[in-house]
Amino acid sequence: MSKIGVFICHCGENIAAKVDCTRLASALGDHPGVASSIEYKYFCSDPGQESVKKAIRDNNLTGVVVAACSPRMHEATFRKACAEAGLNPYMCEIANIREQCSWVHNDGEKATDKAIDIVRSMVEKVKRNNTLQPIEVPVTRRALVIGGGIAGIQAALDIANAGQEVVLVEREPSLGGHMAQLSETFPTLDCSQCIMTPRMVEAAQHPKIRLLTYAEIESVDGYIGNFQVKVRLKARYVNKSTCTGCGECITKCPSKKIASEFDCGIGRRTAIYTPFAQAVPNIPVIDKNNCTYFKNGKCKICVKSCPLDCIDFEMQDEFEDLEIGAIVVATGFQVQNNALYGEYGYGKYQDVINGLQFERLASASGPTAGKIQRPSDGKEPETVVFIQCAGSRDPSKGVKYCSKICCMYTAKHAMLYAHKVHGGKSRIFYMDIRAAGKGYDEFTRRAIEEDEAGYLRGRVSKVWLENGKLMVRGVDTLLGKPVEIAADMVVLATAMIAQPDAKEFAKTIGIGYDEYGFFNEAHLKLRPVESSTAGIYLAGACQSPKDIPDSVAQASASAAKVLALFSKEKLEREPVIAVNNESTCAGCWGCVLACPYDAIEKKDIKDRSGKVIKRVASVNPGLCQGCGTCVTFCRSNSIDLAGFTEKQIFAEVMGL
Amino acid sequence: MSEPFEPKITAFVCTYCTYAGADLAGTSRLKYAPNVRIIRLPCTGRISPMFILKALQKGADGILISGCHPGDCHFTHGNYHARRRWMVFRALLSFTGIPEERIKYSWISAAEGLKFADLINNITEDIRKLGPFDQYHKLIEETQAQASL
Repeated sequence: MSKIGVFICHCGENIAAKVDCTRLASALGDHPGVASSIEYKYFCSDPGQESVKKAIRDNNLTGVVVAACSPRMHEATFRKACAEAGLNPYMCEIANIREQCSWVHNDGEKATDKAIDIVRSMVEKVKRNNTLQPIEVPVTRRALVIGGGIAGIQAALDIANAGQEVVLVEREPSLGGHMAQLSETFPTLDCSQCIMTPRMVEAAQHPKIRLLTYAEIESVDGYIGNFQVKVRLKARYVNKSTCTGCGECITKCPSKKIASEFDCGIGRRTAIYTPFAQAVPNIPVIDKNNCTYFKNGKCKICVKSCPLDCIDFEMQDEFEDLEIGAIVVATGFQVQNNALYGEYGYGKYQDVINGLQFERLASASGPTAGKIQRPSDGKEPETVVFIQCAGSRDPSKGVKYCSKICCMYTAKHAMLYAHKVHGGKSRIFYMDIRAAGKGYDEFTRRAIEEDEAGYLRGRVSKVWLENGKLMVRGVDTLLGKPVEIAADMVVLATAMIAQPDAKEFAKTIGIGYDEYGFFNEAHLKLRPVESSTAGIYLAGACQSPKDIPDSVAQASASAAKVLALFSKEKLEREPVIAVNNESTCAGCWGCVLACPYDAIEKKDIKDRSGKVIKRVASVNPGLCQGCGTCVTFCRSNSIDLAGFTEKQIFAEVMGL
Repeated sequence: MSEPFEPKITAFVCTYCTYAGADLAGTSRLKYAPNVRIIRLPCTGRISPMFILKALQKGADGILISGCHPGDCHFTHGNYHARRRWMVFRALLSFTGIPEERIKYSWISAAEGLKFADLINNITEDIRKLGPFDQYHKLIEETQAQASL
């Protein structure tokens, strides 16, 4: 026989002003199964909680309903109080008579009627509650960081510096990501390589970080605290344990005219190469598609030149299985292909380049050693036109969103250009100057006032070649006049978009993504670094366009989340999970199809001789998040959701 | 003159979006019709058509099912399951003679307190116009009367 205690909170005047708490208490006092029904001004206060505990002990209550504010406010408070009084905390439920009753109705009579319904319904539910225990799952204290750009490196370093093991996986031959490609960084104009490369070295040499470059994630299984990750270590064709990075092979390689990915096609590289001189690790890889030996079966000059016999053309991809507790995804972004805009002539005219290519031109480690020379003939451009929002904020051809960093890097480009080419004229077509950030607006003002960047508010309609000049036709909307500028070089501020394989990757590791392929956070405002899958966190531009400070901040935040997870040996979770009755389960696998988390496995039921007599669904409590979609799918009513069972909900409905 | 008919509406909502939206309506002190009773569930994916039938049997005149907007489900796609299930279920409802208009399906996020209040007001008025849902009980009475013949 149930003995339910009903505790009606006045919440000062918040509830009592509208709901007649005395009538409510007496109505519930007469309800079958209710052993005690009392009211009090503030049950959440210390004396209030004491009176709940006392009532539990005095009346040997089997269940508790607190009629008060939303369960989102004080469910945890009262469950804890119940546990302290010796009652299983999951025998306590909250009837929400404040947010969903007293605060939203004017008519006191009707509000009281409604409150009675709400509390009675909850009493009927609690009568059918079961005692539950929080679920404990072990935690493997090893983090996987995917992506070796600034965000990934920051997250890996933060986790490793707290003493936890990290595996840092990067698919390119070297750490560095996009930040290593940049010349200077806004708003301080410090050299990107100078601040980036020490971080790369620190990550590579950290005793707690295991670096896997030229490696990709094949599969991710498991759940928070217990992921099994398979990594493909792509064949470098260079033995990384013996290679010293002397570079002899690179100097001797006869295929020298391959467009360098790192230099965005402006520079050239060899078939055996490191992406850039400061690469970490400084071990070359052979680009199989461009290597003369792989194409023709002859050459092997690198083999002859290598003093340590490191080249191995027979090398195969290898696989490694990792046990991982938490994952930080920091896979970054790519720049949109500007060939989308035929009118700007990208791809048609060599001197129309994108922002990242300009970075390589301006970089001291770039193909021109930092001299601003236009790609077509190496001349110093006298006039450069920058076109902002080339792809961003353009729903018709590009992307709807603002790429966030282009206003700033275009101002930076104009400054770098002014510093490097004295007397050079820069003209910037813009829609708005979005310079929100510490020191950002001051920076764009500096570009305008000190470095004479000429801003024109308007769009460009066409770029064409005439007498060796790039003619740029646009409009100055502030003057209301069309303008035509003869330029030597045009730089497009290209949109930042998701990695080309972002969606497939999200499916591989089991996280959500938005319409653009950026990974979804669990909550845009309150949980911006967690993915919707427990134990997987996001950092950097894989979630949305970001600049360096934001990427670093998010990386440190995700590291904090990982460390919080690793601070315990075991993980405690709410026991709201699906439970299957194996004796009635018919093995139709409807639940398997419905489950968003792959939490339901097929389990063999064997007889004594080991013969499989039946296959049934089995819920993995570590993976199940408790949505209950499977319950509704189940044809035989075998699967049920603890805390929200069929019985409980039917009772709630009938209690109304 | 008789009192105006006050419909009873049972709402099945997910805890992450619509329940939080209803809470927001409360914290914003918005006022809406007191005719709705909310049943909180983890996800709209948990809502079985049987709950709806049970609520109608218990005397509800209207039903509201509400969860996260498409793409926003806390459980990635429980609301899509709910939507598909509802598309099938409402065909069955029409077939059995229960007007579809008695059952309203909507998306309300945790930020849409105002939308929740408006929705409750609108649905209350709509159901008030439809009048009490008594077909079920009439059917039972008829069946019993036939059985006793």
